[in-house]
Amino acid sequence: MLEINNLHVQVAETGIEILHGLDLVVKNAETAAIMGPNGSGKSTLSYILAGHKGYKVTQGDIFYNGQSILGMNPAERSALGIFLGFQYPIEIPGLITMEFLKVAINALRKARGQTELKVPEFINRVKEIAKRLSISMPMLKRPLNVGFSGGEKKKIEILQMSLLDPTFCVMDETDSGLDIDALKIVADGMNRLRSSQCSFLIITHYQRLLDYINPDTVHVLSKGKIVRSGDRDLAVYVEKNGYANIIGVSCG
Amino acid sequence: MLIDRTQAEEAIIENFLNSDSLPNLLFPREMREAAMAAFKEHGFPSRKRESWHYTDLRNKLTRISSYSDDHNDGRPILPLILGNVLFSVVNGKAVSNSVLPPVFCTPLALSPSRALNILRDFSITNVISQVNTAFASDGWRINVQKDVFLDNIIEIQNLQNGGQSHTCFSVSVAEDSRATILERQLGDDQESFLSSVSDIDLAEGAEVLWIIIRERGILSTELNRFYARLDKGARLKLVIINAGLHLLRQEVHIDLNGSRSDFQLRCINLLSGESHADTTMKIRHFARSTTSKEMIRNIATDTSCGVFQGMVQVLPTGQKTDAKMLCQSLILSKDAECHAKPELDIFADDILCGHGATFSTIDRNQLFYLMTRGLTFVQAKAVLVKCFIKEQIEGIGQEDIEKALHGVLDHWLFLHL
Repeated sequence: MLEINNLHVQVAETGIEILHGLDLVVKNAETAAIMGPNGSGKSTLSYILAGHKGYKVTQGDIFYNGQSILGMNPAERSALGIFLGFQYPIEIPGLITMEFLKVAINALRKARGQTELKVPEFINRVKEIAKRLSISMPMLKRPLNVGFSGGEKKKIEILQMSLLDPTFCVMDETDSGLDIDALKIVADGMNRLRSSQCSFLIITHYQRLLDYINPDTVHVLSKGKIVRSGDRDLAVYVEKNGYANIIGVSCG
Repeated sequence: MLIDRTQAEEAIIENFLNSDSLPNLLFPREMREAAMAAFKEHGFPSRKRESWHYTDLRNKLTRISSYSDDHNDGRPILPLILGNVLFSVVNGKAVSNSVLPPVFCTPLALSPSRALNILRDFSITNVISQVNTAFASDGWRINVQKDVFLDNIIEIQNLQNGGQSHTCFSVSVAEDSRATILERQLGDDQESFLSSVSDIDLAEGAEVLWIIIRERGILSTELNRFYARLDKGARLKLVIINAGLHLLRQEVHIDLNGSRSDFQLRCINLLSGESHADTTMKIRHFARSTTSKEMIRNIATDTSCGVFQGMVQVLPTGQKTDAKMLCQSLILSKDAECHAKPELDIFADDILCGHGATFSTIDRNQLFYLMTRGLTFVQAKAVLVKCFIKEQIEGIGQEDIEKALHGVLDHWLFLHL
């Protein structure tokens, strides 16, 4: 279970506070959606969960399965099972995607006290998931995310998510830049993992993704705080009426 | 004439007085004395000399390792790749060679080598020739005959563990022959001072892949000069990887004398501790339709320093030249530094030339991305460094060589990240 208590976060370089006392609980196997207008702190929340050094927690704490993760670096959080799906996946020229997947899988397996995955088993796993996601094998021989379309990058994120055996996935605007077919494929990838008791925190602007991934809870984030929580109906309401009413009520 | 000599300069001059037994067949005594006279006049160059501006040898070389003209026999090490044809020099003495019928070889101490005289310019900034001519004790002369395609790699070993050595390697590859030459400059952690001069002549249509792997200890100083002359249609690919050393000056001089001759350089400098590695290069396009491409990559950490000075010169006879030069440096610590001075000197009007230099550090976003996938900080950093270097190693066309170069890189990363 993820528990965020009174979290205050600043941009490390400028000292500007982005999150102002955020509280949130995501239970095991729960899928929570975070919605909110631009600049409300959604991406900051995802980065801080993954351990980005560009942000500084000045107050509050984050617990994952009862353990504070604030002192952990991104690799240690990843080993705990926390996965961040990037809004803009990073391009790494020179790093062949397939090689990267192997290094990442085995790094995590080592950190989790498991033995290295043997090459045939690794290839079979990659092939199986790549096929489901309509990712061609030649694409995996290309440098990571270099020259990939927006949709291809997001599919590679889902491929990584599926291979790295996470228990808590933070998906930062995974639906942005996806056509409807790609959206279905990506949603299917997430739903498969959902069925294996993995929790999700899905950050999105639109209800469209939530048509394919039915969230258990929906939270509206504004000015660095959760201002409204509810069920799927809240996402429908936001889609129909926008945020003004919710934010206005909260601020009023 | 120098008024105040440094301790190192005094030591060099004194060493020369004790060098009577050096082989005269390699360089006659008069020539050695002329070289020493030039050294006495100029001393080690300081930053006041333009071509030594970033490598102030006079101040950096505070002392010189002990010298002896009694070069003890040593043993070569195993070849890097099984089947390599070995030409070893250990502690300044040629010690062994394999037999390969289409290759004529002889220790330089036993044969006069007129070709070497071309290098012997004792001008004010050419301290490498001055010191090397004065003290050179041995080396190998290797001639590849005409129309030979060598399957085996010629491996030149220059092993120096402590003290001083001054060696020469003279290679000629006759018309339409192909050869791969692996030069290994190796030494342990003892204090050492070396000069090494390699020169190579490529006749018409000859093709050579020359790889230099340099792994010396952190108390080692090496002054190295590589000089190649390419005839019509000849092709030379030079791959250099430098790791370790306290101080290295690697000079690369290439003359593209024949039309359609081509030179390619890939150089990797792995710098750590207080290492200082200076790659100074001059490519001269004398003939029409000649091509050259140089890619230099520096990785600098701790308080190390990388220097690249590269000049591409196109002479009036070098119309239709196509030349590119790029130096890229990845700086891994706040106290490391790299300097790049790429220059074009053009005297022809129908040419295509370009140069560039970049400096960067590890991309924080890339580092973060990899760490979110479970790679530790060190693993992620190593992956990114390898990505930076990879292009230099891949596509050499010899799998064993690429593997060996990756091995040097991996070892360095293991020690220094």
